[in-house]
Amino acid sequence: MMLGALAAFMRKEVRHILRDRQTLTILLLMPLVQVVLFGYALRSDVREVRLAVVDPTPDYATLALRSRFTGSGRFRIVAVERQIHSLDPVLKAGDIDLVLAFEPGFAEHLEGGTQAARILLAVDAADPNTGTTMQTYARAIIAGWQESLPTRGRQITIGTQTRMRFNPTLESVNLFVPGLIALVLTLVSALMTAISLSREKERGTMEVLLVSPLHPWQIITGKVLPYLGLAFANVVTALLAARVVFNVPMKGSLLLLIAECLVYSVVSLALGVFIAARTNSQRAALFAALMGTLLPNTLLSGMIFPLASLPHWLSMISNIVPARWFLVIARGIMLKGNGITHLWHETGVLLLMMVVILAAAMASVKPRLS
Amino acid sequence: MGTRLRTLRFMLRKEFLQIFRDKLMFRQMLAIPIVQLVILSSAATFEVKTAQMHVVDLDNSEISRGLVNKLRGTGRFVLTGSSQSMQVANEAMLSRKAGMILSIPRDFEHDIVHGSGHGEVQIIMNAEDGAAAGVTHAYAQQVIAGYARDLMEERTAVPARAQPVEIRARSWFNPELNYRNYMIPGILVQLVTVVGTLLTAMNIVREKEIGTLEQLSVTPLTRGVFIAGKLLPLWVIAIGELTIGLVIARLLFHVPMRGSFVLLYFGAMLYLIAALGIGLFISTIVETQQQAMFVTFFVIMIYLLMSGLFTPVRSMPDWAQWIAAFNPVKHIITLIRAVMIRGAGFAEVGRELLILAGFSAAFLTLAVHSHGRAAK
Repeated sequence: MMLGALAAFMRKEVRHILRDRQTLTILLLMPLVQVVLFGYALRSDVREVRLAVVDPTPDYATLALRSRFTGSGRFRIVAVERQIHSLDPVLKAGDIDLVLAFEPGFAEHLEGGTQAARILLAVDAADPNTGTTMQTYARAIIAGWQESLPTRGRQITIGTQTRMRFNPTLESVNLFVPGLIALVLTLVSALMTAISLSREKERGTMEVLLVSPLHPWQIITGKVLPYLGLAFANVVTALLAARVVFNVPMKGSLLLLIAECLVYSVVSLALGVFIAARTNSQRAALFAALMGTLLPNTLLSGMIFPLASLPHWLSMISNIVPARWFLVIARGIMLKGNGITHLWHETGVLLLMMVVILAAAMASVKPRLS
Repeated sequence: MGTRLRTLRFMLRKEFLQIFRDKLMFRQMLAIPIVQLVILSSAATFEVKTAQMHVVDLDNSEISRGLVNKLRGTGRFVLTGSSQSMQVANEAMLSRKAGMILSIPRDFEHDIVHGSGHGEVQIIMNAEDGAAAGVTHAYAQQVIAGYARDLMEERTAVPARAQPVEIRARSWFNPELNYRNYMIPGILVQLVTVVGTLLTAMNIVREKEIGTLEQLSVTPLTRGVFIAGKLLPLWVIAIGELTIGLVIARLLFHVPMRGSFVLLYFGAMLYLIAALGIGLFISTIVETQQQAMFVTFFVIMIYLLMSGLFTPVRSMPDWAQWIAAFNPVKHIITLIRAVMIRGAGFAEVGRELLILAGFSAAFLTLAVHSHGRAAK
């Protein structure tokens, strides 16, 4: 009889979710849109460098180097000036990325004389990452041109063969898909649960449910399980999109990944229940869920910014963020083909979190009206 | 006109009272941006500080050890293990004890000293995080090339002026290559966007949900007064949060401010009209706070991702750049970065201001229009 009531309650909850077309559409669309954006649009490689040349006395050497730059296909000369000061306004407006300035009499210095021929490479480093990359490209071109000059004496060189393992094409989408799974699971499991529970509280329908023959824990389970189903539908969508459109690898066991997703979802759901139990309005629940789950899970998990670059105090905090552990697991399974033997430590941490947070949630759900 | 202003005044008083009375809400409104700013500013870096290096040195010669020491001496490469077998090295990488494997073959020294003068080493990177791996790898190659030059100077009779060209490098606007200086202005925009848009949407939908919006529609309150009364307080709060954010950026993170505050605030004020307009628009198409949150979250996410906050717009494919051009967030981020970092003046960012003004007019019109329809 009790089971029947629970089933009926869950049916009602599923209807609630299915009836809200807007939220449902967005929830299903979000992973798809993100996969597409991260796969196609969000790249950090430099496509084209807008180059300004300052050449007070053009000669065969400066012209040769200039044509090397344009010939590389990566640089486009947008201005040629005699003086570097003429470039100030364009630089401020951000219309130029790199300035290549020759000293007067460049070729003469190159051929003989006591000093080296000098080049100034000035980069717009407002964005330091892009700036450094552009400077590296420019240096490579100058180095290539230098090598074509006649040399003296015996040369020593060390070559490097490189292998980029686990992600040979350096696709950012590969790295991002595991992060996306964590994001979606957090959103649906923690945020939606917290809000949906606190909504019943706000509207007073929670009290009605509490006087029903259902045990408080059946009410919570009934509310939470449909969201778990929704979360998994999302994970499958994201994985399929990543697989079909971008060929994101799945080197390890899919079964293991799903099991780990389940553990992570239960952690998030328990957090959601805990938050809803401790807050009184939807708004408060939303903000608490943002602060307590979404913010740390995205910022302090290595999802966007590498964990290795966190300052010490933040990396200490990151240890209590569930997504930080889940991401190591998901990336390990998908990209490296890790089995459970490599991941037992992270899995253990997640399981421990699950137990602690479930206990905390259970303790804060009040079975009676106050 | 006079009565309208009076009703607006009453409504504003009610709205402000409601916001300030809810202590929890108010604290969260202040706390979230500050916490987020501090965390993001500390975490938001793609800079890779150290790489864990595992060395497989089969040569074990003076030159090979010199190379390893040279890499370690930079401080960027930490030796976390060494072995004589690639299998051990692979296992170290799989269990995340090594991010990079440097393998030096037998006869490395022999090739350099007695052979062709050319030695080969192998680098294997854990490229899970492709961008970080690329940066580390480029740096390793630079160090290795520098080591080759050192060897050449030591061991051959090539004169010091072997390099005929001297490159001097300058990094303008950010000579220390401080990533925070670049990210914090963008993060400020993100904060006011989230607070402004989300609060607007939730605030109005809340009245819808508890039924007070219907009550308001039968009062003599006009649509314009209602919208102004709802948006103005949040607009003021968002600007207040921007100010708090700027103070923190200055005092805690020493972010430079090279341009004019007037220009920055003018741009932000225009932009916030657009951001709140989007919130208002969302509130007209949803019924519950939960929906409002999800729609807002989705919209803001796309806006932020397509804004150049995390990855440069100019690296995007053309179609994505076109989408970004219609994104107000992209323009305010461009403006705020230009003003703060490059010290751009009105002449340089006038175009952005104009575009922002256009957006705020368009979004506000759209929102007011759809609000009118929803009210009927």
